[in-house]
Amino acid sequence: MELALQIASAVLVVIMLAVLWPAAKHWMQNSPEAKPGDWQAVGLALALVAGFIALLVYLVRS
Amino acid sequence: MTRLDQTLARSTHTTFATNKVIKNTYLLLSATLLFSALMALLSMVLAVPLWTYTVSVIVAMLLGIFVLPRTQDSAAGLGVIFAITGLMGFGLGAVLTLYLQLPHGPQTVALALGGTGVIFLGLSGYALSSRRDFSFMGGFIFAGMLVMLVAVLANIFLQLPALQLAIAAGFILLMSGYILFQTSQMVHGGETNYISATYGLYLSIFNIFISLLQILGIFGGDE
Repeated sequence: MELALQIASAVLVVIMLAVLWPAAKHWMQNSPEAKPGDWQAVGLALALVAGFIALLVYLVRS
Repeated sequence: MTRLDQTLARSTHTTFATNKVIKNTYLLLSATLLFSALMALLSMVLAVPLWTYTVSVIVAMLLGIFVLPRTQDSAAGLGVIFAITGLMGFGLGAVLTLYLQLPHGPQTVALALGGTGVIFLGLSGYALSSRRDFSFMGGFIFAGMLVMLVAVLANIFLQLPALQLAIAAGFILLMSGYILFQTSQMVHGGETNYISATYGLYLSIFNIFISLLQILGIFGGDE
């Protein structure tokens, strides 16, 4: 049963890869250029998310 | 009508259409999250086995890949999105039942739930209020998704705890980026279908919650 579920999961992931590939290729080739400060804004947001996760880990361990 | 009048009318119409997409997306997202939670509760009451999660997610993903794109422009799309979110909620119930039985289970689940809410609301609020165009992230997001899926595929068979932890952390950051990207797409008119937008945001929230549950479970000593 577990092997069957593993194989089914793997097949699903392969299907998802096949479906996502054209969209990924389109976005990788046609993404607009970032304006000055855009990547810093994203970096700050993700850093805050990472810091928040660290806080949650600290809370669950204490 | 003068040229200026025409431009203003077109701009007002575009703003109205954008606001309608945003409003409908968040209304549908709220409804699907509530439905998903009710299905999770039902699943917990029925004490379904853990394999229900895998089966539910597989069926839901197949619906999302093959059925939703064909129905998202019609009323049938609403039925499909509720079917998808209901299935995922039902499967999630099996996972929650497992976690609640662990020593720090209720605390872990509560922190994961609260944490997911804070992350989603914070990022959405930032994307909506800053009105910054995050569409430049498209290539990064989709490339990241491909990498994560390859890692997931490998770990289905390798079953390495360290890789599982890395995948969970990666998914949280990737889905956080996707929330910024998708919300920005709605604000700037890149996404006009509220069913498609809801599906993307729902998957982000679901993945962040499951990943957070895994991370907190591992570090809390429950796994």
